Amino acid sequence: MNLHEYQSKELFAKYGLPVSSGRVARTADEAVAAAISLGGNRWVIKVQVHAGGRGKAGGVKLVSNETEIRAFADHWLGSRIHTVQTTDEGQPVNLLYVEAITEIETELYLGAVIDRATARIVVMASAEGGVEIEQVAAETPEKIFRAIIDPGLGPQEFQGRELAFRLGMRGSQITQFTRLFRDLCRMFEELDCSLVEINPLVITTDGDIQCLDAKVNIDSNALFRHPDLAELTDPSQDDEREAQAAEYDLNYVALDGNIGCMVNGAGLAMGTMDLVKLRGGMPANFLDVGGGVTVESVSQAFKIILADPEVQAVLINIFGGIVSCADIADGIVRAVQEVGVEVPVIVRFDGNSAEEGSRILANSGLNIIAATTLPEAAEKAVAAADSMVPA
Amino acid sequence: MSILVDKHTKVICQGITGSQGTLHTEQAIAYGTQMVGGVTPGKGGTEHLGLPVFDTVADAVTSTGATTSVIYVPARFCYDSILEAVAAGVELIVCITEGIPTLDMLRVKHHINGTPTRIIGPNCPGVITPGECKIGIMPGEIHLPGKVGVVSRSGTLTYEAVKQTTDIGLGQSTCVGIGGDPIPGTHFIDVLKLFQADPATEAIVMVGEIGGTAEEEAAAFIADHVSKPVVAYIAGVTAPKGKRMGHAGAIIAGGKGTAEEKFAALREAGAQTVNNLAEIGELLNDLNLQSS
Repeated sequence: MNLHEYQSKELFAKYGLPVSSGRVARTADEAVAAAISLGGNRWVIKVQVHAGGRGKAGGVKLVSNETEIRAFADHWLGSRIHTVQTTDEGQPVNLLYVEAITEIETELYLGAVIDRATARIVVMASAEGGVEIEQVAAETPEKIFRAIIDPGLGPQEFQGRELAFRLGMRGSQITQFTRLFRDLCRMFEELDCSLVEINPLVITTDGDIQCLDAKVNIDSNALFRHPDLAELTDPSQDDEREAQAAEYDLNYVALDGNIGCMVNGAGLAMGTMDLVKLRGGMPANFLDVGGGVTVESVSQAFKIILADPEVQAVLINIFGGIVSCADIADGIVRAVQEVGVEVPVIVRFDGNSAEEGSRILANSGLNIIAATTLPEAAEKAVAAADSMVPA
Repeated sequence: MSILVDKHTKVICQGITGSQGTLHTEQAIAYGTQMVGGVTPGKGGTEHLGLPVFDTVADAVTSTGATTSVIYVPARFCYDSILEAVAAGVELIVCITEGIPTLDMLRVKHHINGTPTRIIGPNCPGVITPGECKIGIMPGEIHLPGKVGVVSRSGTLTYEAVKQTTDIGLGQSTCVGIGGDPIPGTHFIDVLKLFQADPATEAIVMVGEIGGTAEEEAAAFIADHVSKPVVAYIAGVTAPKGKRMGHAGAIIAGGKGTAEEKFAALREAGAQTVNNLAEIGELLNDLNLQSS
């Protein structure tokens, strides 16, 4: 689960990580009031969306009076921002964050992730802050320093010191950073984070360390033990169809093609998409109906797939393990009747009750194209989608 | 021969009285797996599906001599269930449950380091040695005793590969679903090592997917330590970056973990790769192994 910058910073503050004081605003009036209550005569105002790259897209601005604050708020609130990390649609802007200004001397990078290969939390730091860290990692990996956290011992002071010295810190900065390192690790573990990123971490002109940006991702599987964090979810930032699918335990990801896919199992769903592409088509989506698939969820899956106007054909690939293809067939027949599917539907069944499932579809009188093998199904779906495209 | 489990393996089920535990224990018994008992705290002393139920894993192990446990408890209780099985000296834990917090598995992995316990999963279909022992949720009837070892990060995609090896008559020595989570108990390398040492396994099918670097590490291992033919497939060529494709582990993050990189690493290591998942059987056929 992604959090907004302001939510991440509230968590930072709770764990003693140094952040500037700031206020959230939903309207231009609130933004002006936020600046007044923060005091001073210069502020930073930032759009709050679940995507990076806001600065380059104009979503972060230095402001010094009410007119500038209002202009920024009027421009962004209620509209969408497109950054390098968003889709073409962009992310909706409903919230702004107004912060006291920080005078920056140096920009650094600090992040923590779970390294799968070693099954350890790894803290990464670099003096190359404020830029795309992936680029630094790819081009100059020697500029990224790492500390691997031992699950038995937790973060150690020497690890924090080591990073601080490598980043070129001096004097009291070493102590500040070592504390920050320890608190960051404690937060990562206690809140079941999957990612924490501070880019940039800055050294101010006063020589102090400050978290200028904050990105926190929480492991969705762990939300059962963090009910307070679960409430921080912002559905407006999620793809509407993906959110709708999640309500029915369907895993849906929208893609750019025109062949809707409905498959049981995430791996097989990806494999099916890949085969569609191999046969010259483009999948419109990833959709895993899961192991506990029901008539209801098949029907919902159809609705979600067909809500995408680009879809010219639907390919259904079910390998019946626990789930019976006959049950799925019933679901398909009902869904096609209820939803009123106007595009060709290609179905391939294998495994549990595959023959019975195919018989049910054949006897339904509906326009469903049966396929016995997966490559055949992919070919038929591509051909059907091509024939639907207006000349 | 086979790896991990065979007809002598004695298995208990943690969460046996729950709906999933009941359904799959019934199927395991029907398949011929030596199910010897189950564990549900508070229901010790009762019987379920004709098997004795115990309050603790320690009691179940002492009374039945089980060496293997399959876990079907809900995700929030898995951490505790796994640690209980480790403490009871269970040698093989197969955790089917999906949705376990990543940090729980991180701690579990650290804890079992240096103990004799091996964990398969979580979020996996399980392990099967066809005709002998089925532990998990895979459909038994698509399997055939034989000579291809199958290891996979996925569920239904594994069934697809298994069915192809059955259809061409080669069958499987053992099939291991290692699961789709970021931190699995057992990696490709662990299973490849076992298949390489198993006389009954003559070829290996490896099914990977996008995310992480487990396939690349497996490729390096294959290059140095695996002399048996390996046929590999990676799902997710069409997956966009930064989007989680169902499995918690299946995400291309920071530009790393793409299918192309994995295919390339495996080819370089001498594995034979297919970019069409329906061609796994065909490629195995070309190896000219004798049918079972």
